Amino acid sequence: MQKFLKLNIFVLLINLVIFYFPAHSEEPKIFIETITKEASKILSSDISKFEKMSGLKVIAKENVDIKGIGLYTLGSHRKNLTDSKKKEYLDLFNKYFLKSFSSRLAEYSDPKINVLSQKKLNEKYTIVSSILLATDKRPEVKIDWRVYTKNKEKPLIRDLIIEGLSLARTQKEEFNSVITSSDNGIEGLFSNLKNFIKN
Amino acid sequence: MKKLILTLVFGFFFCLNSTASENEETTKDCFEKLNKGIFAFNQGLDKAIFKPLAKGYRILPSPIRTGVGNSLNNLSNLTTIPNNILQGEIKLAGQNTLRFVINTTIGILGIFDPASSMGLEEYIKEDYGQTLGSWGAGPGCYLILPIFGPTTSRDLVGTVVSLAGGDTWYNVTVRNDTQYFSDFDYYFSRVGSGIDFRAKNLESLDNLEENSLDFYASVKSLYLQDRKQKVLNSDVIINTQDDSDWDDLETK
Repeated sequence: MQKFLKLNIFVLLINLVIFYFPAHSEEPKIFIETITKEASKILSSDISKFEKMSGLKVIAKENVDIKGIGLYTLGSHRKNLTDSKKKEYLDLFNKYFLKSFSSRLAEYSDPKINVLSQKKLNEKYTIVSSILLATDKRPEVKIDWRVYTKNKEKPLIRDLIIEGLSLARTQKEEFNSVITSSDNGIEGLFSNLKNFIKN
Repeated sequence: MKKLILTLVFGFFFCLNSTASENEETTKDCFEKLNKGIFAFNQGLDKAIFKPLAKGYRILPSPIRTGVGNSLNNLSNLTTIPNNILQGEIKLAGQNTLRFVINTTIGILGIFDPASSMGLEEYIKEDYGQTLGSWGAGPGCYLILPIFGPTTSRDLVGTVVSLAGGDTWYNVTVRNDTQYFSDFDYYFSRVGSGIDFRAKNLESLDNLEENSLDFYASVKSLYLQDRKQKVLNSDVIINTQDDSDWDDLETK
């Protein structure tokens, strides 16, 4: 009887290791479904635009790799930055991103997103495909989410690809243009970011 | 016909000599100052004319706008089909011809889209710029045209090919003096396409402008990504996006 009990405990432990721990790693598709539901709930609720933006900022802070996107969008320019300048940039980018992201989304009232499928590109990235359903004002929009899956327990969004157009890449090219066309180089970008945050 | 083929072949060699292939990342902004000037002019024109027209168009009931969109899409088959053939997509050319015939007849001049309900594959527009790209011609320089907006030297050659006889709709309305159509029909459809596009993108373009640090650079990036994807006819942005910049980022 005691032997049987021991065996049972052993089997139970094995089951815990096999089934419980992987259950904590989140499937990218479910991860995106959860986020879009949360965002949709905020956007369809009867609150002010400011309150909606605050809610969306909380979601973004938790689920978007803002620091990673910030460094990516600097491209080769980030290699020329000192540590203190990099810190200053990341702080500015964080504020810029949250304002820009939440104000872009806050315009959509009650968006309906159907998450369709996921495609694993490699260990680090999975693309989750979804559709923003058409309304009277706009046609259906295909949205792909580039999810960074290196830490399987904490996936993070690194890019939104809308109808095949990458927002991270657009941002990177925009920042590069600001830096190269400014007489002050990277400082020109910093002052543009400060102006955007202030206004 | 001879003129059309000559334009296409000349355009191909012109683009092939002028730049690298589609897979390479950079498209030069050879006339940046001039482009930015024309871009500002176009923005003014948009605010004064196109945006108010698009807003007015939005007031029309949704079924009417859908019908107009369908009808314009149906007309674009006349450019898509020869390009399907030039790109070696013979089966697709057949399907699009069938689509055009069904929608023009049963669909009453393309207002309705019974072809899609009959299970024909999703319609994807093609043009001569895309064909030149699929033959290996690079985009060349990035250009902004007054009124028409962003293009590249390759896509501009594509437009010349259309006007030199490659667009059947242009041929039967403007080039040839047929008794069925007039120049007005062509220009009306072109302006209609522009307004339909603007109306579908009212909020997204406003949003982009409001949240951009450099609107010109954002539009340029989006246009070039879109053309690249259309030339390669695949989800290239996803599949070939350069990850090297991400690789050394270990943030969280």
